[in-house]
Amino acid sequence: MTLNDLLERHGGWMESGPSEGPVISSRIRLARNLRGTTFPGWASTEVRNRVWSDIVLAFDSIEKNEPFLRWRMEELAPLDRELLFERHLISGELAEQKDGSGVFISEDERRSVMVNEEDHIRLQSLQPGLDLQNALTSAEALDDALEHNLSYAFSSKLGYLTACPSNLGTGMRASVMLHLPGLCLTDEIKPVINAVSKIGLAVRGLWGEGSEAAGHMFQISNQITLGKTEKEIIEHLEQIVLEVIDHEKNARLRLMDEQEIKVHDHIGRAYGILANAMLMTSGEALDLLSAIRMGIDLGHLSNIKRHDIDKLFIRTHPAHLQRWSGGALNSEARDKKRAQLIRHFLR
Amino acid sequence: MVLRFKRILHQTHPAPQPPSPKKIMKCDLCEQEAVVHMTQVVDGEMKEFHLCEEHAQKQGLDFDSPMSITDMLMGFGQQAKQSVARDLTLACPSCGMARDEFSKSGRLGCPDCYKTFMAELAAAIKGMHHSSQHTGKIPGREGTKTRTKSKIARWQKDLNTAVAREDYEQAAKIRDEIKAFKETESSKGGAS
Repeated sequence: MTLNDLLERHGGWMESGPSEGPVISSRIRLARNLRGTTFPGWASTEVRNRVWSDIVLAFDSIEKNEPFLRWRMEELAPLDRELLFERHLISGELAEQKDGSGVFISEDERRSVMVNEEDHIRLQSLQPGLDLQNALTSAEALDDALEHNLSYAFSSKLGYLTACPSNLGTGMRASVMLHLPGLCLTDEIKPVINAVSKIGLAVRGLWGEGSEAAGHMFQISNQITLGKTEKEIIEHLEQIVLEVIDHEKNARLRLMDEQEIKVHDHIGRAYGILANAMLMTSGEALDLLSAIRMGIDLGHLSNIKRHDIDKLFIRTHPAHLQRWSGGALNSEARDKKRAQLIRHFLR
Repeated sequence: MVLRFKRILHQTHPAPQPPSPKKIMKCDLCEQEAVVHMTQVVDGEMKEFHLCEEHAQKQGLDFDSPMSITDMLMGFGQQAKQSVARDLTLACPSCGMARDEFSKSGRLGCPDCYKTFMAELAAAIKGMHHSSQHTGKIPGREGTKTRTKSKIARWQKDLNTAVAREDYEQAAKIRDEIKAFKETESSKGGAS
């Protein structure tokens, strides 16, 4: 399987899952480091390459059960790194690295392991919908398998030792990706962000910052990683996410009660533009797709599948567009290609 | 740990009425007027400091230098500068990372840095996580001793929560469980 095969598929975590609608996906990220080994940011090229080799060996011994795709960052063209970033398989920080940095990706794209990012190992498990428990089980299974062949830096007091003290303890960052157009359109997103931030969780826009998040996509994650068990962290996060979902649903109901015609108009206009425009910027596409996605959730637009809209959210990103059209494109050519792709999907 | 800083800006033009003498606060270290007022809360105990411009600078309190949120969270900038003044030479024996390098980036050089810099990291870690004891997953390779320690730490945390809730019945139950567990463990240790 190659990068081109990935492009043809719709990543596993983008499939349907529990509480779909406002929830896109759940993610668990575990940070791990090798015992007695300098952290990547402070390590020599030699040490970083040794870490890569050690982790390759660990994967070789578990691959009999499950194949993983693997790339060193320097093997990948900049556009391909961006492609993996757009699919949430690597971070922006890893995409800029070389010397022993790389990634392992399971064929269903639900699990990936970044090597020599901020920590030696950043293991992630993505599941569609609100499914933190399954994401955790799957992440821990891979963590256990790797640990058979690797010795982790661990202290009984501070837990897993990480390059930044903000990840100490469990080394776990759990997050849920949410689509919150109702709260954005009713201007209620700011108080929700403030309230969630006060109880030890972080909210950020998936594309863009704060309440200006493009496509009304947000990510809520835990900030505290030490002193709580993995189970306590995900239970707390899930409880808050369910509350946010309730607020989102209420906001949508209120919008429909008080301004039904405006909501219909908003969705109808979005559809009209997406189905007919000849040029479309990335930001405009995200905002209009967000309106369509809400329209589907509200029971309008029965001829469009949410699944297709979710695909477009990823495929209209620059690297995906350029890969799809077979090479580098300038900004205007991308806008043209993007409009063409969307028209093709909606007709 | 919470640090709150407040700086009083002095008027360059004469005030309409002369300020009342009792409103001028003196520096804790000299007779000059204090211009920097600092409240430091450590483990719930509040301490106030008042310093003049000169002494504030000597203490490494530079309000013009940019500070990131990470600096604030880590308690770097202010406190770290004071520490550097105390011991410039401290560096991790395993990886060579010096204290000022770690203060600047907020990232450590290697797992052993936690031992080297624990004195100044402890408060920052507690401030970030409101805890300094891991209670989560333990790697399979770690011995039973680590597991036992962690189990007791976890019970201790439940015990504190029960006491805070004034649920003394539950607290007594957990205390008995810890006691029984410790007795079993020590008899196991004696037998082996």
